[in-house]
Amino acid sequence: MTGIARALRSAAALVVAGTLVAACSRHAADVTVVRFWAMGREGEVVTALVPEFERTHPGIRVDVQQLPWSAAHEKLLTAFAGDATPDVCQLGNTWIPEFVALGALEPLDAAVASSSVDPHDFFGGIWDTNVVAGRLYGVPWYVDTRLLFYRRDLLEAAGVGDVPTSWPDWVRTLAALKANAQAGRYPILLPLNEVEPLVALALQQPDPLLRDGAQYGNFRSTGFRRALAFYAAMFRDGYAPILTASDTSNVWNDFGRGMFAFYITGPWNIGEFQRRLPAAVQTAWTTAPLPGPEGPGASIAGGASLVVFRASRAKAAAWQLVEYLARPDVSLRFHALTGDLPPRRSTWNDASLASDVHARAFRDQLERVKPAPKVPEWERIADEIRVMAERVVRGGASLDDAVRELDARADRILEKRRWLLARGGQRG
Amino acid sequence: MKRRNAGWWFAAPALAVIVVFFVAPVLAGFAMSLTDFDIYALADLSNLRVVYLRNYVELLQRPLFWKALANTLYFVGVGVPLSLALSLGAALLLHSPLARFQPFFRTALFAPVVTTVVAVAVIWRYLFATRNGFLNYALGAFGIPPIDWLGDPHFAMPAIIVFAVWKNFGYNMIILLAGLQNIPRDLYESARIDGASAFDRFRYVTLPMLSPLLTIVAILTVAGYFQLFAEPYVMTQGGPLQSTVSVLYFMYEEGFKWWNLGNASAVAFLLFLLIFAVTLVQMRQARRAGAMW
Repeated sequence: MTGIARALRSAAALVVAGTLVAACSRHAADVTVVRFWAMGREGEVVTALVPEFERTHPGIRVDVQQLPWSAAHEKLLTAFAGDATPDVCQLGNTWIPEFVALGALEPLDAAVASSSVDPHDFFGGIWDTNVVAGRLYGVPWYVDTRLLFYRRDLLEAAGVGDVPTSWPDWVRTLAALKANAQAGRYPILLPLNEVEPLVALALQQPDPLLRDGAQYGNFRSTGFRRALAFYAAMFRDGYAPILTASDTSNVWNDFGRGMFAFYITGPWNIGEFQRRLPAAVQTAWTTAPLPGPEGPGASIAGGASLVVFRASRAKAAAWQLVEYLARPDVSLRFHALTGDLPPRRSTWNDASLASDVHARAFRDQLERVKPAPKVPEWERIADEIRVMAERVVRGGASLDDAVRELDARADRILEKRRWLLARGGQRG
Repeated sequence: MKRRNAGWWFAAPALAVIVVFFVAPVLAGFAMSLTDFDIYALADLSNLRVVYLRNYVELLQRPLFWKALANTLYFVGVGVPLSLALSLGAALLLHSPLARFQPFFRTALFAPVVTTVVAVAVIWRYLFATRNGFLNYALGAFGIPPIDWLGDPHFAMPAIIVFAVWKNFGYNMIILLAGLQNIPRDLYESARIDGASAFDRFRYVTLPMLSPLLTIVAILTVAGYFQLFAEPYVMTQGGPLQSTVSVLYFMYEEGFKWWNLGNASAVAFLLFLLIFAVTLVQMRQARRAGAMW
């Protein structure tokens, strides 16, 4: 008896609760909901920035969805195919050309022109990654580039006072480190599964990586040959060990023990190094801009941008969220929460960043960053570069064969793009 | 008239399920393999071109496809006999009247089959580690210098084979054990009375009695091993130097990493044809040997 009564009572409670929920949602009808997808750590942290936005923008509620990086690309494409794209999304800036090709993104030129977002305050190379065929599709959220992390003490022990800024200096430093190193230790770590260091060296060259409006590979150019030869020589001359990142299960451990003195990597490792390196070497490591052929050189413009999807039904509110997150003060809070580096020069003027010794080299490098070719096929071509570079390093292919093969593969990958451009040309 | 159709009506629900969930997707996949479906086509279907057999022709000209095929054949050629021998050996040991704690060992040897591949891959990565992995430590006891198991193109596939065989042999072992337990004891008894040695009894009683089951197990194992994917995916990501890229891994990258679904479907079809052909050969041989109907 009591059991039934209890069941009835809870059923009644459920009905009441249901009505309340329904009432609430009816009440919420005049609130615009912005669906915001963010990846990994950024997705966790951005929820801390949302309350202030909702407070200053009554009538807008932000629904943050976190995606793991490993599944993000697939999920976004599936969402596009199923007409379920969010309003705002964090998008790695190498993915932007692909989603532009899909016609999934809303151009933002007009919104930026009539807003507080000042394009000239952003680092040029980073801003440029968001511009495809003359139109703007994203606002940089945080930046990423590759430069030198190095052990000052090891350089000093080898008799090198200053960190190298040009390729010839760099080679001399590596030779000095090599002469001074114990067996099994190397001057530099270049994991063969990371193509970014090689791409950065290639971007320092005057020749573009793809030619004729990114319709063909340009790997037989002198510039790319020089970059690949320089890269391969690091292994040939015994400066870099021939291994992939999975062989060095713990890069921080190895760096802490002095297994290598240079490592080309990105800003996320500032935090990792501070957390994971032993206290004894905390004062011994720092960062430096990437050396170029004749002096400080360019590096890759990476990072993530905020984009608005074309299918969004809340574009105005979505743009307000983008504008809020791009504000220098919000960007600074975001940096404090994640360690991600901000894309605007005015944010960098803040004391907390200006006085950060490890970030300083990034500030310098960010003035010299270049985007990788902005075609949807680029990641695929970059993967072929990785494969061919590994083959050259391991001695399976000569430099000439490698660049010829790379051009052939890139041309094949770009075939559809050529067809589309030719067809578009006929129509226009 | 009606009675003649009755059978079809009874089979209809099952047939409908097969058509909807098997035949239709396979046909759709085949149709897709004749197109260049990619992200451009996803954006706008007018960007889709029917290319007929070009995907297949180009695939057959791609070094990576042949490499993936060679890697897969290597894996099947070494892995399947090894796996079958280990399964049979383990089953014989468990079946032996001398075996103690049989339920315990049966469970222990079957355990790898039911654990997730990702979890055991972590453990095996430690075992395979170059500098302080257990495998190199054990080899070091015999004076063998350390081997870079997952980083050396020559050793990565053997490492994957060891891992996969360890992971999968328990399944066949259970099937073969059941088969062994079904062989009538009087056959062994009469063989022993006729003076057959232990090896003779294995050769002339156990193997023939087990051969139908062995054939089934071999066919299933070959078909399964051709679909190598999870092991390289979690252990090596196809590296080093693409020495562990299998056909299925190649297909996954074409389809889900690069979104070339036309190409990926063509790979799937070629793999299907290959497995089908190998299975046909196996069945024909088994039939000739009298192991099957």
